[in-house]
Amino acid sequence: MSRTTRLALFGVAAVGLGAVLVIGLAGLPAFGDYRGVYGHVLDGIGVTERHATDLVTALNFDIRGFDTLGEEFILFASVLGVVLILRQLRDEHQHPNQEEVDEHKFVGASEALRALSLVLIPVLLALGVYIVVHGQITPGGGFQGGVILATGPLAVFLAGRYLRMRIVAPQVVVEIGDAIGAIGYGLVGLGGLVFVGVFFKNFLPLGIPGHLLSAGQIDVASTAVGLEVSGAFLVAWSEFLDQTILVRSRGES
Amino acid sequence: MTVLQIAALAAVALLGGGVVAASDPLRQTLMLSIYGLALTMMFFVFQAPDVALSEIVVSTVGLPVMILLALRKVRQQERERREEDP
Repeated sequence: MSRTTRLALFGVAAVGLGAVLVIGLAGLPAFGDYRGVYGHVLDGIGVTERHATDLVTALNFDIRGFDTLGEEFILFASVLGVVLILRQLRDEHQHPNQEEVDEHKFVGASEALRALSLVLIPVLLALGVYIVVHGQITPGGGFQGGVILATGPLAVFLAGRYLRMRIVAPQVVVEIGDAIGAIGYGLVGLGGLVFVGVFFKNFLPLGIPGHLLSAGQIDVASTAVGLEVSGAFLVAWSEFLDQTILVRSRGES
Repeated sequence: MTVLQIAALAAVALLGGGVVAASDPLRQTLMLSIYGLALTMMFFVFQAPDVALSEIVVSTVGLPVMILLALRKVRQQERERREEDP
């Protein structure tokens, strides 16, 4: 295709896109003007019926818990994909960086970075646990807390010790955590089916709104998702780290 | 719309352009992280703290780690190839 034809095609497409955009934007509701119904309904029942003060988490793990099941398995499946693609190939072999073996350190980590990472590790883990278990009270929940939890072992790597990170978070433990989290979330849904007769209908005591152990299944579901997400991210990161630090293709020593 | 919201939207627009304009993949990854922080601020001033938390964990840790490690691997392989046939 010649340059003129392409430009002409682009011109026609650009005018069309512009026209559609103008029509679409003109029909938008005013800024901050919410016209949906679902949001107002949720506003009304979040605290009174579910005893959760954070509506977003109540929506994710209770009211639309089924959607989260799908999302959770999207993450699970994509991490499986990463593992499949990055697994050791026939002409590759594990060969740890010599310095890594000798001194247990990743080249390039300064003393300041290592000290900071050591301070960060407990803080990150505490923050992660806090965000996971307080999902129904304050913003946050299993996904956000799970990623923060996964950054704890990652900070061990930042401190310059990748092989040590494998000791802190062994591959087998991380993979099992990932799987248990995924199964646990499904079990929360099945619990509803078994005890109340509806998949993902709350079957646990609701408690007092604002308390740590409140809002029924939300806390349990959030913890399961936290476990799954932290496991998933750690599995993916260690696959990437293995590829860059340990695995060498044939020929390179 | 408050001043904070307008400022956050402007920051997102500017930094989004910055990510596209950065040519070196390494710089681009850092720009992406900063862009993620701007998005986080935007979600926060638009009163969506849950989304802001998700954005901050994904854009400042989750994604950059994978991109940086992939870049490192690519450079390793490039170095290998150059050593094989100079």
